[in-house]
Amino acid sequence: MELTGSQMVIEALKREGIKTVFGYPGGAIMNVYDEIYKQNFFEHILTRHEQAAVHAADGYARATGKVGVAFVTSGPGFTNAVTGLATAYMDSIPIVLISGQVPISMIGTDAFQEVDAVGISRPCTKHNFLVKNVNELPHILKEAFYIARSGRPGPVHIDIPKDVTAQVGKFEYPEEISIPTYKPTYKGNAKQIKKAIEAMRQADRPIFYLGGGIVSSNAAELVRELVSFTKIPAVETLMARGVLRYDDPLLFGMLGMHGSYAANMAMSEADLIIALGPRFDDRVTGKLSEFAKHAKIIHVDIDPSSIGKIVKVDYPIVGDLKNVVEQMLPLAFDKIDSSKYENWRELLRRYDQIHPLKFEDSDEVIKPQWVIKKVGEIVKDRAIISTDVGQHQMWTAQFYPFTYPRQFITSGGLGTMGFGFPAAIGAKRGKDDKIVINFSGDGSILMNIQELMTAVESKIPVVNIILNNNFLGMVRQWQTFFYEKRYSSTDLSMQPDFVKLAESFGAKGYRVKSKDEFEKALKEAIDSNTVSLIDVVVDRFENVLPMVPAGGTLYNMMLEYKD
Amino acid sequence: MKERKIISVTVLNEHGVLSRIAGLFAGRGYNIESLTVAPIPDTNLSRFTIVTNGSTRVLEQIVKQLYKLIPTYKVIDNKEFVEKEMALVKIPLDTNLSGLDALLKGYNGTVANSGENYLVLLVADDSKRVNNFLKAVKKFNPIEIVRSGSVALEIE
Repeated sequence: MELTGSQMVIEALKREGIKTVFGYPGGAIMNVYDEIYKQNFFEHILTRHEQAAVHAADGYARATGKVGVAFVTSGPGFTNAVTGLATAYMDSIPIVLISGQVPISMIGTDAFQEVDAVGISRPCTKHNFLVKNVNELPHILKEAFYIARSGRPGPVHIDIPKDVTAQVGKFEYPEEISIPTYKPTYKGNAKQIKKAIEAMRQADRPIFYLGGGIVSSNAAELVRELVSFTKIPAVETLMARGVLRYDDPLLFGMLGMHGSYAANMAMSEADLIIALGPRFDDRVTGKLSEFAKHAKIIHVDIDPSSIGKIVKVDYPIVGDLKNVVEQMLPLAFDKIDSSKYENWRELLRRYDQIHPLKFEDSDEVIKPQWVIKKVGEIVKDRAIISTDVGQHQMWTAQFYPFTYPRQFITSGGLGTMGFGFPAAIGAKRGKDDKIVINFSGDGSILMNIQELMTAVESKIPVVNIILNNNFLGMVRQWQTFFYEKRYSSTDLSMQPDFVKLAESFGAKGYRVKSKDEFEKALKEAIDSNTVSLIDVVVDRFENVLPMVPAGGTLYNMMLEYKD
Repeated sequence: MKERKIISVTVLNEHGVLSRIAGLFAGRGYNIESLTVAPIPDTNLSRFTIVTNGSTRVLEQIVKQLYKLIPTYKVIDNKEFVEKEMALVKIPLDTNLSGLDALLKGYNGTVANSGENYLVLLVADDSKRVNNFLKAVKKFNPIEIVRSGSVALEIE
């Protein structure tokens, strides 16, 4: 079949079963947009900023597990998309970004809207391609989707010069693909797994340290089985929220900087850490020399470079978690006696009782944590929850009752403010049967507020809840704790009227100052089935606690702050 | 404890592969002592020889990160290598050349080129011996010195 480069792109997306793409046109990508116009196989959602297009593709991918697709033009279109790529890369989210480029003959001449796109995207993608010949394009497209979703997933960027999108070439889309230099290890080494199970059998104080890899490999069901059979207690990273149900008696909450006391004590006192798909992030480990000092470590990950990168690992297992846990289960049934860990579980339950996650509620002012709990009570598992970055993000991770994986969509590794709303748009498009709620702050929401237009135009009903404390709250909190209250550039008293702002885009706006008002507004927002923004005035000086200060030790948490 | 390591990387010889490898080292703060690259004849592959240094954990990460690059075919590190590096040294003819013959002999060196006023010496040896040669050659007042970086071949 003879096709132009642009037609090849469309055809490849059809073959990949893509139903929704996000993007923003411009000069160098116009040929492709012309073909998008002519086809009716997939829907194109026009965002109002390229960064949002990539975040939306990202949210779509996180919610559905499928590859998200975004289109941008060359130069500024591409550079705007870079934050989206870096966000997806840090959290291992499968995305294919297709950018236009100036014609091949003009590359290197500082042409209009030219930038070395593959040079820029190299360190924040799993792989990237500059297409120099239209005949390479079908293969590159196939490879891009394959690389994005296989192994440790990640974003892949294809940069296509404008002349290549116009040239005609032979289109043969390979059904199967094999890249000789890229062979991820899917099956875990049986001997290593046996050793790991033996270590679990011998341990007195083992703990499951559950990470985002479980979500990527869709292994949560199997992990739940392993946890509930062995009755070994578990803690989750930010990226793993929802792997276990929030009310699972074996789950001792999130660990790390704003984790629960019990979770961090569990890590500190364990004699065996069974790390399933986490990456020992600095926000999790605290001071490394004091991290899990008494423990041997089992680390299962599909990416060998993740193992041993931060801490020394005693039982490395490279493989897809789904396979590895599947291999572990029969051995665990055979070898492990769950009653052995009862004392350990009892100790952790006691830790949890001594210092549970808590906040002091008030009737005079709305506490942000109350809002999150209330939303959880009302919508429960009917909602997918996204967040921006900052205090509201941590409170959501702490207090929302997550019950299944992919329910919580948040920028963990890169910590990208402005992520939540466009990601919610993508998530809603991917999971139309769910309510989608974005928790944001008065700082974060303004970083992609223009997406109100996208959501209204494309009829994507997302509920935004701004926990408005008139501050860049997380930075303010650090300034309170560590900078003697010098609130350098964090006071956001100057604000738009969020209600009018929402209304000017054709969305519904609510401003809420009391608990009653909030419940009413939330119900109305959800029932209206339109785009909405609920501006909730919350306690200005509420802190996220407990906290392990940066570089501090997990067993030495700041449990409260006294002025 | 820092140690020196030779890593030989076989990659697909495609657009931008050098920048992928150089960028990996720069972006993650790894050291490059030297880097050489050339295509492997009659294939679509290239071979990099990278000499680096770092702690055991860093060196282990370097190897894993190199392997993680999509176009990387093979990474060889824990083998015994024969290592050679080349140096060219331009020395003036109006200097006292006594002892030059013996020095060249000692290092299997040759005169690669000569002109009215200069000689260009060539040695190819392992990195340490090249260092020693360059120290010894100082007494001939070298005008310019250029080193190639190591190439290495595993011999096990």
